[in-house]
Amino acid sequence: MHKFTVLDGLVMPLDRANVDTDAIIPKQFLKSIKRSGFGPNAFDEWRYLDHGEPGMDNSKRPLNPDFVLNQPRYHGAQILLARENFGCGSSREHAPWALEDYGFRAIIAPSFADIFFNNCFKNGLLPIHLAAEQVEALFKAVEAMPGYRLKIDLERQSITAPDGTVYQFEVEAFRKHCLLNGLDDIGLTLQHVDEIKAYEAKHQAAQPWLYA
Amino acid sequence: MSAQTLYDKLWNAHVVRQEADGTALIYIDRHLVHEVTSPQAFEGLKLAGRKMWRTASILAVADHNVPTTGRALGIADPIARLQVETLDSNCAEYGVNEFRMNDVRQGIVHVIGPEQGATLPGMTVVCGDSHTSTHGAFAALAFGIGTSEVEHVMATQCLLMKKSKAMQVVVEGALGRGVTAKDIALALIGKIGTAGGTGFAIEFSGSTIRGLSMEGRMTLCNMAIEAGARAGMIAADETTIAYLKGRPFAPQGAVWDRAVVYWRTLHSDDGAQFDKVIKLDAVQIRPQVTWGTSPEMVVAVDGRVPDPATMIDAVKREGAERALRYMGLVANTPITEIKIDKVFIGSCTNARIEDLRAAAAIARGKHVAANVKLAMVVPGSGLVKQQAEHEGLDRIFIAAGFEWRDPGCSMCLAMNDDRLSPGERCASTSNRNFEGRQGPGGRTHLVSPEMAAAAAIAGHFVDVSKR
Repeated sequence: MHKFTVLDGLVMPLDRANVDTDAIIPKQFLKSIKRSGFGPNAFDEWRYLDHGEPGMDNSKRPLNPDFVLNQPRYHGAQILLARENFGCGSSREHAPWALEDYGFRAIIAPSFADIFFNNCFKNGLLPIHLAAEQVEALFKAVEAMPGYRLKIDLERQSITAPDGTVYQFEVEAFRKHCLLNGLDDIGLTLQHVDEIKAYEAKHQAAQPWLYA
Repeated sequence: MSAQTLYDKLWNAHVVRQEADGTALIYIDRHLVHEVTSPQAFEGLKLAGRKMWRTASILAVADHNVPTTGRALGIADPIARLQVETLDSNCAEYGVNEFRMNDVRQGIVHVIGPEQGATLPGMTVVCGDSHTSTHGAFAALAFGIGTSEVEHVMATQCLLMKKSKAMQVVVEGALGRGVTAKDIALALIGKIGTAGGTGFAIEFSGSTIRGLSMEGRMTLCNMAIEAGARAGMIAADETTIAYLKGRPFAPQGAVWDRAVVYWRTLHSDDGAQFDKVIKLDAVQIRPQVTWGTSPEMVVAVDGRVPDPATMIDAVKREGAERALRYMGLVANTPITEIKIDKVFIGSCTNARIEDLRAAAAIARGKHVAANVKLAMVVPGSGLVKQQAEHEGLDRIFIAAGFEWRDPGCSMCLAMNDDRLSPGERCASTSNRNFEGRQGPGGRTHLVSPEMAAAAAIAGHFVDVSKR
């Protein structure tokens, strides 16, 4: 997993609540047995005018000019500004894979669905909670200023706006540590093999039917 | 020791170690695996040269991509076929217990786990699928995980996580005629919203819940995720124990007796504190129908499509306007005047034998309306299908003009060929009415099996409580 330290990136607003993981990456693309290559199909149904299927040449498909992602001013965006309950629905990790593959590195929203939120951290994608009023202010600011960028500093847990406004955000210490250092969770857990084995022995003695 | 919630008990029994910030290493007892969210996990394990920690904890099945007709011919779609074959070969390579596509025990992962007794009280149960909350009906701590976590469990038998807050949903009173666990779930989501349970583990309790069968309890816990809660759960009681007795994976003999003693402790203690309590009066719950593109966009069947103009919150109003455009609905239309094109009875929410019995009781001796292009029944497993056929339910459905299919996720998410065409409107017993969920441009109305069967017969929604 790549590290996340400081990001100075262009912001793209996605102004709707309850954006679900089916919308982020539709089911037909879940048939892939790979972890990469989902970026061209992120938000597929909103992004293109035709129906997408795996294996199509996405560069030749008609774009929906009304969808925010296709507006030239947001090309190259790395920060996604979103509304309540972003990433709700299915547990598909293909959703953060698609966002990351497209080029997003951080998502700012008033709230996220739990499984999606968790999946982001496993992929070097930083989901940030801000208060609803702060998110509302950012939506207005992005709309008003082409080329609007934010600087996110994970170590300091701060977001700096072009006008100098600083927003502080919360992040769990353990997740922050992993993201700052690009650490692999499994490797960390395997440092505790003896504790897992000791737990397992005790658990098996108490509930042998779980090990039949 | 102070009074504990069921969630506290399940959590505490599985903590291997804890970090300073509260992040805990939680031991996982049962890992359910399906073809869509596992190939990258198996590959990751292989690339890192890691061993699988406890192969016997895994039960695997292909459900999302499998066809529901002509199964003997295999899977026509080459990409879907490769995904299912990849599961088969990964399971063979690691020695994982898998029910293959033509095994009678194959079915939707959240139907077969409980059916086999592979889900037991007191367990931690995970699966790379959000509807894993279903298994909480057995007083288990069960929740969906992403593929990275699937790999983590394969390699370590553990997950790194922080404890959620605890919510108690208390439902008291008798359910009215034609009102089901599905309606309780939808009414709850209508009340608290699809993010109402975010950050919480929900325990359902109260006399109404105690009166539900295990299948009803599974339907309710299944939908906890649609309320935003990763886990839903219900205390173990005599209903739970009776359901499990004699199932293939359940303990037997003296070990069974010992297990039952432990299982009887799996309830919240008197005086246990919850971070949030929601109360529902069962008598007030009517059969529910969703009108929009989120499960919280729901009303009672005798209601009307809401008018966005009356909504004060701007985000909600815009969401409702967009949903009505997508759904092709006009504000204030009575729900019972909405005509449907297709009917889907199936999914991990409502494809168990009691669901099929309830739908068949309505379809018996009737016929699907002329305007309904397709009404399909997709049993949750091969064993559910076999039982239904033993009871003659298949003949009732077929005589009424329904199609009787093979088990799988089918049109709940339309990864296989079962899907809506753009603009088609479906009465569906599944769990999500998101845009495009049942096929691009498809319009989904979530309902109970009774409501879906009645809509198939009438060609539009009808109030089953008035039958």
